[in-house]
Amino acid sequence: MDTIMEVKDLNLWYGDHHALHDINVDIPKNQITALIGPSGCGKSTFLKTLNRMNDLVENVKITGNIIYNNENIYAPKVDVTWLRKRIGMVFQKPNPFPMSIYDNIAYGPRTHGITSKVKLDTIVEKSLKDAAIWDEVKDRLNTSALGMSGGQQQRLCIARALAVEPDILLMDESTSALDPISTGKIEELAVELKKKYTVVMVTHNMQQAVRISDYCAFFLLGDLVEFSKTEEMFSMPKDRRTEDYITGRFG
Amino acid sequence: MRSMFDQQLKTLNEEMLYMGGLCEDTIQQTIEALMSGDVKKAHALNNMMSQLTQQERSIENICLKLLMQQQPVARDLRTISSSLKMVTDMERIGIQACEIAEIIAAGNVVRATDKVDFQELSNEVSHMVQMAMMAYDKKDMNLADEVIKYDDVVDKLFCDIREDLIKQLKDDTNDAECFIDMLMIDKYFERIGDHAVNIASWVKFSITGEIQIVE
Repeated sequence: MDTIMEVKDLNLWYGDHHALHDINVDIPKNQITALIGPSGCGKSTFLKTLNRMNDLVENVKITGNIIYNNENIYAPKVDVTWLRKRIGMVFQKPNPFPMSIYDNIAYGPRTHGITSKVKLDTIVEKSLKDAAIWDEVKDRLNTSALGMSGGQQQRLCIARALAVEPDILLMDESTSALDPISTGKIEELAVELKKKYTVVMVTHNMQQAVRISDYCAFFLLGDLVEFSKTEEMFSMPKDRRTEDYITGRFG
Repeated sequence: MRSMFDQQLKTLNEEMLYMGGLCEDTIQQTIEALMSGDVKKAHALNNMMSQLTQQERSIENICLKLLMQQQPVARDLRTISSSLKMVTDMERIGIQACEIAEIIAAGNVVRATDKVDFQELSNEVSHMVQMAMMAYDKKDMNLADEVIKYDDVVDKLFCDIREDLIKQLKDDTNDAECFIDMLMIDKYFERIGDHAVNIASWVKFSITGEIQIVE
């Protein structure tokens, strides 16, 4: 297993609330890692530490290291904009910008200084193809993204994240607002994406974790209780608390 | 929060134990018919076949419904999947005991009970099945291991009887039909032992999650 990120002794506080306790885990490269656990267990907080989205929260304190690309992403010299370009994020609800499909995708690359129309065209097509939505939108790239269905909007958001060529894609319950067909498309997409990218996803849908993730991390009350191959976790969990959660005995 | 699921698993367990009871009863009555040469008793076992098959179907239905409704994982998945496997072995045990009863009912064996003594083999096989059912009921790894080891005892008794039958057949070719029937009974008992071993292996799987291949 190749590792893309090493999380070492990570602790996080929201004010007095100690939300993550001594998290140590290696995120496997080109794999899908699912983060599971009951509400309030720290899984979304943990996901957000991976691209420093928690920096935006008031009174947050973080200790420990997250090593990516041979350096601690919390080191003072790290350019957070660069970091979030390398580690993209897709949220629970699709949040397309109120502009055309084309401009949604071109927004990131333009921000990073790309102005050539030819280059932008290539990026837009490639990103939409990678997000498995090109065939559905190629004839209406200049229409508003807000006119798309929820499932299409979510794939557009994935395409937008891919447009800046990230290494890692973080997905925070990215299918929870979608119908089963759109959910299925995003799941298939995630499996396809892991060939080029690393995916880390928070999910409340246990069957989704079983279906598509390679590794699974179970969080409870701010602790990382168990991290193992998904197949092992869902057939023979090591920790009793994991067993009780995944079999629906609490949560 | 999962009281319905727990209730369904409880029902599955009760049905499995009932199936185990049916198997043990069938073997016991078969042995009694064999030892006493009671053709009537052997005939009476005829209706056990449909009962065993029905119970097997009913357990399979419970398992398939649980897989569909509850999408089980971990211990629950092991319980349900191992039940699905075990019930097949249980049914085979019961059916093979019924096959022995059918041979007894045909009458050839009755006039030759002095030729072979099935007492020890049948008792050991019956004991094995009882142990396998108890290992399932108590989720007892040690007992399951004991069943698996016990197979050697039954295999040896089967081979001894087989050799004895071959010897006798060479000396007395007049009653070949009877000897062949006896050999089949011998083999059925041995197969019942094998199915008990399978059950024990699935009991172990339901506890450890590891599938053991028994040679």
